[in-house]
Amino acid sequence: MPLVLEKRAERSTRMALLSPVIAIALTLITGAVLFAIRGIDPLHGLYVYFVEPLTLMWSVEQLIVKATPLVLIGVGLAVCYTANVWNIGAEGQFTMGAIFGGMIPVLFPAWQSPLTLITMLLFGIAGGMGWAAIPAWLKTRFNANEILTSLMLVYVAQLLLDWLVRGPWRDPQGFNFPKTITFDGWQLLPMLSGSIHLGALFALVAALILAFVMARMLKGFEIRVSGNAPRAGRFAGFSRPRTIMFCFLLSGGLAGLAGITEVASVVAQLQPQISPGYGFTAIIVAFLGRLNPIGAIFAGLMLALSYLGGEAAQVSLGLSDRIAKVFQGILLFYILACDTLILYRFRWLKTQVSATVQPAE
Amino acid sequence: MDAATAILLTIVTAATPLLLAALGELVTERSGVLNLGVEGMMVMGAVAGFGAGLLSGNPYLGILAAILAGMAMALLFGFLTLTLVTNQVATGLSLTLLGLGLSGLLGESFVGEPGVRLPKWLGIDILIPVSFILVAAVSYVLFRTKIGLVIRAVGDSHASAHALGYRVILVRYACVLFGGACSGLAGGYLSLAYTPQWVENMTAGRGWIALALVVFSSWLPWRVVVGAYLFGAVYILAYTVQTFALGIPSQLLLSLPYIATILALVLISASQRLTRSNAPACLGQPFVPDR
Repeated sequence: MPLVLEKRAERSTRMALLSPVIAIALTLITGAVLFAIRGIDPLHGLYVYFVEPLTLMWSVEQLIVKATPLVLIGVGLAVCYTANVWNIGAEGQFTMGAIFGGMIPVLFPAWQSPLTLITMLLFGIAGGMGWAAIPAWLKTRFNANEILTSLMLVYVAQLLLDWLVRGPWRDPQGFNFPKTITFDGWQLLPMLSGSIHLGALFALVAALILAFVMARMLKGFEIRVSGNAPRAGRFAGFSRPRTIMFCFLLSGGLAGLAGITEVASVVAQLQPQISPGYGFTAIIVAFLGRLNPIGAIFAGLMLALSYLGGEAAQVSLGLSDRIAKVFQGILLFYILACDTLILYRFRWLKTQVSATVQPAE
Repeated sequence: MDAATAILLTIVTAATPLLLAALGELVTERSGVLNLGVEGMMVMGAVAGFGAGLLSGNPYLGILAAILAGMAMALLFGFLTLTLVTNQVATGLSLTLLGLGLSGLLGESFVGEPGVRLPKWLGIDILIPVSFILVAAVSYVLFRTKIGLVIRAVGDSHASAHALGYRVILVRYACVLFGGACSGLAGGYLSLAYTPQWVENMTAGRGWIALALVVFSSWLPWRVVVGAYLFGAVYILAYTVQTFALGIPSQLLLSLPYIATILALVLISASQRLTRSNAPACLGQPFVPDR
């Protein structure tokens, strides 16, 4: 094999920043090829999908609205993955946040005061945290794989929501539709501008705080050491179980906040479907954003664009909006592949060398 | 056929896709590679199997397409994790995300189509005896042949295997592809025999349950059978109780397999003896030979 990977002497900072750019470029090229296969002019297709949504005030607002839950969840996951803690059940924590926060207007529909909203938000955060604490506890107490347990809890949370809105929490005046009463007044988040709600501010503040914590505070250092060099972390007296629990509670709380934020704004009620897979897409946000909270803001906007582009492609190009999920999956593949270049570089092995040394692979 | 046999048969039917997928992943993990993309490979197998069966009218071609789709996804995973040494956990996740998205797009026109059904032989699906033969074969190859010894050596200590002259990456590619073929086959079984139709996300977490089964079985093929049948029984219990309408919410019953998975993982993981002794030592670790 003449072309081989060679470990770089040190991590390439340049590639760490370039890699997402290359990945996005490769995704666009793949998109152009896909459009061409479907008989659509590739440039027109790319314009409709990735550029047009940015040209209208209305859709720029939509972009921010869609990026809000993605960034909120994504920054939490970025911290988790930095610590090598694999919470992939954010979709379930999002759902539990929506259920717990949504409990307030459903059970006390007449309660209208600023406290209503604050209670909803706090309940939402608690719901997400509580749900995330389960896999964290099972991991620290029984060493049960957190990837599998957190994912299984997604299905359980979604079934719980489904039961609530079809059963005990169904709107009595709702003509038997599976949904709760519609939230209004102080049961909804105030608007910032146009269709952008207060949640966007939460996302921004969460990203800024976490960026500060990760870069400047001991907790951030502890998390980074725990992920990159767990042995060194143990010698430094950093407790691994505490880090696992901290990461899960943080990301779960943020996912729960995203959940209640979404149902107290865009959805304005509880129903079986409250998310187009934000909790899973946020995994891509975390990686595209270099596991950096500030990076997650840009990554969140990029993935929000992929959702909007999917809707635009459905309307203008006659494609299915499912294409958004395909683009998101391809994007993550390209990022991971490009990230190889951070630690390794390609080198041509001279035939002479390979003839004498005979590398096994 | 009496009632007990009938119930047993439905349990076996529900368990077979789990058994197939878990068996493939077991071989992959024995070679030291953790492929979290089982759900993605399985759902691609399901859509490819259904589509090929529908378009050709031949369910056996459907099964072949399902296997090939699973292998194609596995090859993609292998290229990233083995050739480009990417993070296995993240790559597996992205394989699942891509598989779920792509199958939804490809299968859009198949929704509501009747599809073809894999014929039964002597009253049972042919893939059930196939799954037994596979278990026996995997068990024999892994523990009674030199090939199996090499696979386990690569999984337990890739540096030593490399030093002995074995081609670590090549062995891992083969095991990843075998895992993909099994997952694809499991998906094909779902869409061609278990419920012969295409529904988006029809695997409904079975790929993840299969991953848990590998841990549950502590990487031993015969224990995968036990685990898969236990879970098959949980699925059938959920469906059976539902039909009796005892006032138990159907959502609670549907969540039983997921809750059972968590419980099983906790029970097994708590015992260090079971998890540590058989877990491949190099599981999830990338390998780049020194030059």
